[in-house]
Amino acid sequence: MAVTVKLPTQLRDAAGNQPEAKVEGATVGEALSSLYEQHGDLRSRMSDDGGGLRRFVNVYLGGEDIRFLDGLETPVADGDELTILPAVAGG
Amino acid sequence: MPADALKCKECSTTYPLEARYVCERCFGPLEVAYAAPAGAADELRRRIQAGPHTLWRYADFLPLEGPPRSALPTGWTPLVKADRLAERLGLRELWIKNETANPTHSFKDRVVSVALARAIELGFETVACASTGNLANAVSAHSAAAGLPSYVFIPSDLEQEKILATGAYGTNIVAIRGNYDAVNRLCTEVAGERPSWAFVNVNVRPYYAEGSKTLAYETAEQLGWELPDRVVAPIASGSLFTKVARGFQDFIDAGLVSGQVPVMCGAQAEGCSPVAQAFAAGTEVCRPVKPDTIAKSLAIGNPADGPYAVELANRTSGSIESVTDDEIRAGIRLLAETTGIFTETAGGVTTAVLAKLAAAGKIDPAERVVAYITGDGLKTLDAVRDAANVTEIAPSVDEFDAAFAAAGVS
Repeated sequence: MAVTVKLPTQLRDAAGNQPEAKVEGATVGEALSSLYEQHGDLRSRMSDDGGGLRRFVNVYLGGEDIRFLDGLETPVADGDELTILPAVAGG
Repeated sequence: MPADALKCKECSTTYPLEARYVCERCFGPLEVAYAAPAGAADELRRRIQAGPHTLWRYADFLPLEGPPRSALPTGWTPLVKADRLAERLGLRELWIKNETANPTHSFKDRVVSVALARAIELGFETVACASTGNLANAVSAHSAAAGLPSYVFIPSDLEQEKILATGAYGTNIVAIRGNYDAVNRLCTEVAGERPSWAFVNVNVRPYYAEGSKTLAYETAEQLGWELPDRVVAPIASGSLFTKVARGFQDFIDAGLVSGQVPVMCGAQAEGCSPVAQAFAAGTEVCRPVKPDTIAKSLAIGNPADGPYAVELANRTSGSIESVTDDEIRAGIRLLAETTGIFTETAGGVTTAVLAKLAAAGKIDPAERVVAYITGDGLKTLDAVRDAANVTEIAPSVDEFDAAFAAAGVS
């Protein structure tokens, strides 16, 4: 599945200063692995030692927080859009 | 200014004091780090006491370069001894910090004062926020007073009172079809694309959050430079809750008060209680929820400082409790009937949790307790719409006597 990942400004320097990346995968987790293969520096910034997401990284699929779906196991379809955002705003 | 850096709460990486809020290495939240205040404690205390009757009297503990200024003076709100409420709850010493007395009737005037002052120092000319209502009020009022344009992003189903009171200041209200978490997500994206805008609770959030510390400074000073034993405060994002504790710690570290950080008790509405649920489950991981509560000002389903709030409650032997919408309405009424302070739903949550802790015997009657009432009841009138006792009569003494015969004549 071809998926677009929208990157927040804080991560763009680790992704060739691009605002988004085109990746492949059947789940959110696979799409993020594909992202890390393209841009190796993103892995340590986004994922923890156990391969999960760091606790202040939010990922949205089509606007919905993936924690309301099946997390990294959530299936993705061709043309889907993932958005990565810092979790520390608001309040 | 004793502030010397922005520091990541997760990995301790430091950054200059700019408009940034996220650690680029680990995405953790950035917080202002300070050098120790200059001079002896006595000198510092005298400097505070000689300051204005606003939150700027605590400038030694705030992240501003120049002498702090604001066109809309904020803070130094009453700390009210609530003897009748204490008696009702079986407590000995209870104080209410009445934040309805701020210019836009909530504690948000504090955080906006600091955020706006710092934003002006950093050269911003447009102000914005993601709000559940009270923040929109404060941002629009303080921006108007400073002569800056503002954009406030709110959930479209917000209470009419909050929308109308915000609109009065001539701000641009952006009503989002979605809940607060959707508003917050949008603002995080917009903030990234409009770096010339100061989003008070996004890109200048580290400075904004510092404003809540003044709630603790004032409380300690108003108690005669002493500490409470226990604090009850509401939790939405968890920022106020954690910063109040930080404020008490600052005063302890500076030698202005002696003792330890109070037992910290957090209050949430059951219909939006991700932090209370995490506390009950014994984890710091706050699983996000879809809010469904009348306490809209606390309706943050994805709380940024949730993990730190849980950690703080545990560290101080406190707790985080939740209450139902009916308990919230009862809390509003209890506070009004015993103290004369009419609070919004968030204050109903705080009062109801205070009552719940007292009823469960979790508060030692010898304790000195402070409850933070963060907003005004006129902002959430729907919550009390059915509570008023109204007797309609003709303008006739006979009808009045008939209706109130039981009230007696003296």
